[in-house]
Amino acid sequence: MNITVQVNGVSETRSVEPRVLLVHFLRENLGLTGTHVGCDTSQCGACTVLLDGAAVKSCSLFAVQADGRKVTTIEGLSTDGKLHAMQQAFWDQHGLQCGFCTPGMIVSACHLLERNPNPSEAEIREGLEGNLCRCTGYANIVKAVQQAARAG
Amino acid sequence: MYAAPFEYHLPTTVAEALGLLEKFGDEAKLLSGSQSLVPLMKLRLATPGHVVDLRKVPGLSGVTESGGTVVIGAMTTHYEVGSSPLVRTKLPMMAEAAGQIGDTQVRNLGTIGGSLAHADPSADWPAVLAALDASVRIASSRGERNVKVEELIVGPLTTVLAPGEILLQVRVPLPAGRYGGAYEKLPHPASRFAIVGAAAEVFLDPGGKVSNSRIALTGIASKVTRAGYVEQALLGKAPDPAAIKSAAARAAQGIEVRADLTGSAEYKANLAAVYTERAVKRAVSRALER
Ligand SMILES: Cc1cc2nc3c(=O)[nH]c(=O)nc-3n(C[C@H](O)[C@H](O)[C@H](O)COP(=O)(O)OP(=O)(O)OC[C@H]3O[C@@H](n4cnc5c(N)ncnc54)[C@H](O)[C@@H]3O)c2cc1C
Ligand code: FES
Ligand code: FES
Repeated sequence: MNITVQVNGVSETRSVEPRVLLVHFLRENLGLTGTHVGCDTSQCGACTVLLDGAAVKSCSLFAVQADGRKVTTIEGLSTDGKLHAMQQAFWDQHGLQCGFCTPGMIVSACHLLERNPNPSEAEIREGLEGNLCRCTGYANIVKAVQQAARAG
Repeated sequence: MYAAPFEYHLPTTVAEALGLLEKFGDEAKLLSGSQSLVPLMKLRLATPGHVVDLRKVPGLSGVTESGGTVVIGAMTTHYEVGSSPLVRTKLPMMAEAAGQIGDTQVRNLGTIGGSLAHADPSADWPAVLAALDASVRIASSRGERNVKVEELIVGPLTTVLAPGEILLQVRVPLPAGRYGGAYEKLPHPASRFAIVGAAAEVFLDPGGKVSNSRIALTGIASKVTRAGYVEQALLGKAPDPAAIKSAAARAAQGIEVRADLTGSAEYKANLAAVYTERAVKRAVSRALER
């Protein structure tokens, strides 16, 4: 069936089978491979994108459910070749090692600050509970979110 | 992982959705927040030929109050329930439970009606809503009916919902008098589902004694279960810490406690007592603040 999704501000119309997951639509139909598939069982958060502004795991819903809605992926955060404050903060604070979890982590972190611009450390850790990182031990991720919060 | 092929339907009224259910019978599955159904479909543990997405049906989400009842649309997300000012002021136990379901992403999509219809024996809403004596409103082509949450769920992943029925609303009667409620949960470290969850609603008489209580447990049996012996033991007592502790010790009494991957029956029975004690203590202190 035909669906039209506004992805990173661009209206994209494609024909998809109903069983295609949103994450596969983004990666395979649109070539936006920044959104990763980690667990494929809705646990790890590597596939996190914003759906109408809310963080969701794009492996946990079908692309047809996004028809007529807005999706923001990691590719949609930077503007004019300039990193988003959250991306810059992850860079500055070494908030990543292998980088596999990073796109989902950054999208979730942006959503967290959207809802709570001044989170405590505990609120940051709780807000990112849906995103797993095998490398960093989270300390530098927390610092990165704190830097981005200070940057406003 | 890909689900088995299916046909996708997007009805725009309850009547249209009911018509699709009527037409496709056992072959059809309703889709709400997708946080339980889509994972099951990806594992091919569910292979519906027709998926009926309710997202375009108006009137199925939001929180309102009417005549002493808080009415929550079935499609209201866990996040929306937890952030509703009405819920936060009048039913704080629901707000604290909502915030403990899964993680941010799960709460942004998952819905209260989907959770009840799915009836996971470790889910949070069944315990909280049983303690609050809530009901659900159900529609079918034959009309509408109300069912108590306690009677809705009959076993693991099993409810009294017939294939042609749609859950429309959750209806929570606002308690009267001096009352307080609290939810205490030990989350599984990976999934966040309750290893044990205890929901307590406690009513006090003017003399400060317990005039009534409703305590419900999740995670320990095949479905949400009332801790009847604790309720009896509290009745008429001044709820001091010693009385609460001795009543809560009976939490698992009379319940067929089920061992699962998260622990033995003995461990779960012990947790039930500990979490019931915590929930009752906080419920009482909330009642005393009123
Ligand atoms: C990683 C993860 C962690 C989770 N942790 C928790 C947790 O800690 N505690 C907890 O309680 N839950 C947890 N859940 C489950 C979550 O709460 C789900 O949202 C919920 O179980 C199902 O709701 P849904 O809206 O997503 O329903 P869906 O997945 O869309 O549907 C679930 C079932 O309900 C049926 N259904 C949906 N809507 C209706 C309706 N209106 N009428 C009749 N039938 C209907 C569907 O046909 C399907 O069978 C977790 C899920 C995930 C993925
Ligand atoms: S790939 Fe979606 S949650 Fe892990
Ligand atoms: S940086 Fe490797 S998983 Fe997070």
